[in-house]
Amino acid sequence: MDKKNLILKKLDEDVRFHEALSACMNCGICTAICPAAEFYKYDPRAICNIVQMGNVDEIEDLLKSDTIWYCGQCMSCKTRCPRGNTPGMLITVLRKVSQELGYFTESEKGRQQFAIEQIVGKNIVNFGYCVHPDIVEPFMHPEQGPVWKWFRKNIESVAPRFGAVYHQEKAGALRKVDDNSIDEIRRIFEVSGGNELFDTIEKFSEQKASEYHQNADHDYLMKVYTDNSGEHSK
Amino acid sequence: MHKRYWNNYQKEIAEDHYFYARSCIRQTFFSGSETAFLKMMTDELGKDIFDDSRQHTCTGIGYHSDIIPLETISTVIARLFSLMTEMGYENFVPSCITSFGILTEITELWHHRPDLLEKTRELLYKATKREFNVPKNIAHPCDIIYKFREDLKKNMKYQLVNKDTGEPLKIVEHIGCHYAKAFPDRGVGGAEFPHVLVGMIESWGGSVIDYPERRHCCGFGFRNYLVQANRGYSLSNSNKKLESMAPYEPDFIVANCPGCTMFLDRWQYTVAEMEGITYDKHGHGIPVLTYEEMAGLLLGYNPWELGLQIHQIQCEPLLDKIGIAYSPEDKYKDAYGKQLFPPQKPNNLIV
Repeated sequence: MDKKNLILKKLDEDVRFHEALSACMNCGICTAICPAAEFYKYDPRAICNIVQMGNVDEIEDLLKSDTIWYCGQCMSCKTRCPRGNTPGMLITVLRKVSQELGYFTESEKGRQQFAIEQIVGKNIVNFGYCVHPDIVEPFMHPEQGPVWKWFRKNIESVAPRFGAVYHQEKAGALRKVDDNSIDEIRRIFEVSGGNELFDTIEKFSEQKASEYHQNADHDYLMKVYTDNSGEHSK
Repeated sequence: MHKRYWNNYQKEIAEDHYFYARSCIRQTFFSGSETAFLKMMTDELGKDIFDDSRQHTCTGIGYHSDIIPLETISTVIARLFSLMTEMGYENFVPSCITSFGILTEITELWHHRPDLLEKTRELLYKATKREFNVPKNIAHPCDIIYKFREDLKKNMKYQLVNKDTGEPLKIVEHIGCHYAKAFPDRGVGGAEFPHVLVGMIESWGGSVIDYPERRHCCGFGFRNYLVQANRGYSLSNSNKKLESMAPYEPDFIVANCPGCTMFLDRWQYTVAEMEGITYDKHGHGIPVLTYEEMAGLLLGYNPWELGLQIHQIQCEPLLDKIGIAYSPEDKYKDAYGKQLFPPQKPNNLIV
């Protein structure tokens, strides 16, 4: 199958693509209410137009661009769309296809998927959490302030004051997720495509890292985590 | 006619017997809130709620930052439902607003596409040999507190009233986007007239501030916070809300989403340190509470056991306004009574 037909097929086979976009009349209310459009050079109305027009060259450019990575997934667009469309969900499908075809490494914002996969993805399959105090490192999160540093430093003796059971294998906040549950989560990722997507993100990211002559696990990871050309916002 | 119209904005909230699913973000930053909610359910309301040690993330933060396929998140959720089913429950209560939105989206998808529900059943069984029932009722804990707000009020020691002036406190309520923006019929009041926090505030003596950016996102934006290079997005959107509410001089902000609570707290600290700006007159910032913390304080729970000392915006001015008793010397003790060195003071924000 040629590349153009592959892009259209991949969009078409995702159930969310059809739920997200139907008979858009390009009124632009999605752009008017969008927090990303307020901050970035971003226009969900234009994205809906490109996809609805079906010009595969333009869709391919979109999949390789920073543009599709600006959306913050708040779904405010769904609330106001007079046609019941969800541009934020259309973005989800475009991002999925961009990753599957390796196009995401062509843009600065797209390359960040490697950092998210390495930090959040690995945390899910190793510890059973998307977010946990152990991964909110103060040096990577200066905005968390001195109170967070204090809590992290004293977490073992302070967390129980709030009823948490930090790292203990019993019911409660911040518990250690038991090994059997972690095994089941890993098997779910194996059979449902979760591992395949992780592998895809890693494969294309390692290729890009080698183009930069960088070690993927550290130098490239920190590069994509911190790179900002300063050309994204309005 | 008016009453019938309002009926479109109600939702069904189960009476009792709940399976509780904890939130990655709430237990990370506000674990005292989850503890307080369970205490309210059992000690104040006499309800049956189960907290399973085998539960785990819904993967929602990963899904909305595009590293988790639809089939994977559906099957992970199905495992949570299988725990609920195994323990004999039918009513699912996710602590997180992202989880609540995800559960709404996936169960709605299954409703319209039973083939995808069957596919999820197959995947879960293949991976774990588990089976599950779809919950009869999915309600967020804020829905439940809203439903029983008058019952809780009977046990409250304080009201949302300034003890010196007798005036209702002026409160900003912030509803997390994924509570009802995507599926308005699943939230009390829908997306246009969200009433879930308003109902609590008004029942408990406070008044609600209506301000221009009331329904704007807090700015989390998933990948826009998770990746350091993108955090200007998150900060700017929080700043937009805070600037919009500041002229109304709120006594505090309350949110139903743990992420929103954290961001509206932490970005105030960041703006104070970067720009020397605070959004109140005295340089303390505007306190940001979870709804469990708001209810817990009024019920007389110890603020330091609720975890208010690990907010960056400190709560003492608010406690003093309401007249809530607290022990300053206990603030930085650990769980075993040992006095710890307090956190470093920020340069600009007064704590």
